[in-house]
Amino acid sequence: MQPITRITGQTLVLNDENIDTDQIIPARFLTTTTRTGLGKSAFHDWRYDAQGNERADSVLNSDAAKSAGILVAGRNFGCGSSREHAPWALLDLGFRAVISSEIADIFRSNSLKNGLLALVIDPARHAELMARPGIELVIDLQSQTVTGPDGWSASFELDQFAKRCLMLGVDQLGYLVHQEAAIAAYEQRVALGKLLGPTKKICEFVTQS
Amino acid sequence: MSSGRAQRRPTNNKTLFDKVWERHLVVEETAEVPAVLYVDLHLIHEVTSPQAFSELRERGLKLRRPDRTLGTLDHSTPTLPADANGELPYYTADTRTQVETLRRNAAEFGVRLLDFGSGARGIVHVIGPELGATQPGMTIVCGDSHTSTHGAFGAIAFGIGTSEVGHVMASQCLLQRKPKRMAIEVEGELGKGVSAKDVILHLIGAIGVEGGTGYAIEYRGSAIRGLDMDGRMTLCNMSIEAGARCGMVAPDDTTFEYLKGRPLAPQGADWERAVADWRTLVTDADAAFDRVVEIAAADIRPSITWGTHPGMGAAIDASVPSDDSAQSNRAREYMGFAPGERLIGHKIDVVFVGSCTNGRISDLRSAAAVLRGRRIADGVRMLVVPGSDAVKRDAEAEGLHDIFRAAGAEWREPGCSMCIAMNGDLVAPGQTAVSTSNRNFEGRQGKGARTVLASPATAAASAVAGCIADARAF
Ligand code: SF4
Repeated sequence: MQPITRITGQTLVLNDENIDTDQIIPARFLTTTTRTGLGKSAFHDWRYDAQGNERADSVLNSDAAKSAGILVAGRNFGCGSSREHAPWALLDLGFRAVISSEIADIFRSNSLKNGLLALVIDPARHAELMARPGIELVIDLQSQTVTGPDGWSASFELDQFAKRCLMLGVDQLGYLVHQEAAIAAYEQRVALGKLLGPTKKICEFVTQS
Repeated sequence: MSSGRAQRRPTNNKTLFDKVWERHLVVEETAEVPAVLYVDLHLIHEVTSPQAFSELRERGLKLRRPDRTLGTLDHSTPTLPADANGELPYYTADTRTQVETLRRNAAEFGVRLLDFGSGARGIVHVIGPELGATQPGMTIVCGDSHTSTHGAFGAIAFGIGTSEVGHVMASQCLLQRKPKRMAIEVEGELGKGVSAKDVILHLIGAIGVEGGTGYAIEYRGSAIRGLDMDGRMTLCNMSIEAGARCGMVAPDDTTFEYLKGRPLAPQGADWERAVADWRTLVTDADAAFDRVVEIAAADIRPSITWGTHPGMGAAIDASVPSDDSAQSNRAREYMGFAPGERLIGHKIDVVFVGSCTNGRISDLRSAAAVLRGRRIADGVRMLVVPGSDAVKRDAEAEGLHDIFRAAGAEWREPGCSMCIAMNGDLVAPGQTAVSTSNRNFEGRQGKGARTVLASPATAAASAVAGCIADARAF
């Protein structure tokens, strides 16, 4: 992952609350076995009509959307399924950050692991952003602030570990694999046995019982 | 997610969640780093695993605990049987590729894969419990948000993304911050015709779709204790629809009775030891929750949804709200409901009974009880999809499939089917489906599909009536 310290981008505002992951990337596009190329299917049913033509009434098809890098959305963004395809699709569509007053747990965790800044700011500041689409924002990770035109600014909370991983461009898998000694010690300490025998054995059990 | 929380409370005031959490701490959390939490059981399926296996391969990592990694094929699999040549009718080439990819990955990495023909395949959250792999006090994760289902056994069980699927494969651990704890207490006796599905739809309506964000929920109270395991699973299953990290019910005799003799449950002397240990997995009398929600069981009526998220629900004999918020307006328009319209009597096109929420044997029995001796209305299509091979066998042994077929419903092979509509089992644009699944988001059951979430009894009654109907009148 590329280290991230600061992101500058124009906002695109989606007014709806509770935008779920089935809107961000409908389930029928989850049949892929890779992480790439999901941007064209992002918000598919909002962007395209039944014939597959771009809907002129969707803000996601506006010129402003094409140059936007920061999504500002209503409360409880990313609720629903755990599909990591949601942040993959948003990144592929060109977004580097999502800002809301509340973001669903799993979506937020998935996003941060992929370098998509999923940030929660207080409801009053959030309402101000929602009312001013298309402004340029600067997100600074070190100071945990978002700043905009005319001295506008807001702060956000960020887990210190996630922050360090983002700023150093390291991923959490490497960190976990380095815990091997502690993990092995844990398994010994709790005397962890085997849970599953070979598949054949499991199936025999099942058909016998 | 707070950090630096005191890790160990005094011993007599722990919640169930605290106890299970502490048992799995490999490394405790600090302000700087999350806890390293050990995972007892990792469930995988074809949709959210391929990229994780690729990651492992690219980094030259192994699957650390094949004996704790159980795989199945459920999300994108056909629910129609194989043809005369043994060919399964996959919806698209991509869905077939996903299935074949998991087969290849399972063979290469040593995953225990319950494939077609194994007799043990099914929806990931149905097979874990029925095999006895899901046990009290465990930590269970899966690249699927409805992993919360397994919390019904007193396990900490939650959904993870594909990156984390890779973490667990490589290390059998996850980096986690401890969530806050919420108690939802449901006291009293549930009314006639009120099922676990009605309880959870009512609860989500009460606390809101983000009401559980940041929390682990423990469901408590006499009404919860009175639920059987299938009901407790339905309840915990939809914890995520309130935004919660997980939902749990403390294990008790109902739990032990369900698990006893299951293929992967402890046997003999191990069983006795396990039960003695599991009995300690209850919230201590002096434990404090960060939030307590109290609900009177008597207030819960059979419930359904009218809108486009699971919190937009109402009692079945109520009306669609007529408030003028942007969200309600949009939801009503999408769903084809008028403000103030009575729910009962609204015309429907499709009925789906199945999914990890309501695809177990007691759910099928409850739908069959309504359908016995009746026919579904003309013009209604009804799909009944058992949650697993075992559920299918049990249902057929009881003759439930004959009841469904005689009523005019389709009896399918196990899988997620119309819950997520990846396999070609779709609701057409503009059609209204009464569905026993868990999500009524726009397009969840197909582009433009309108989903009304309901219990199996309500779904079956609606199929017969051709419109939303109250099963208590049947
Ligand atoms: S039945 Fe539906 S909710 Fe359950 S695992 Fe399958 S797709 Fe997910």
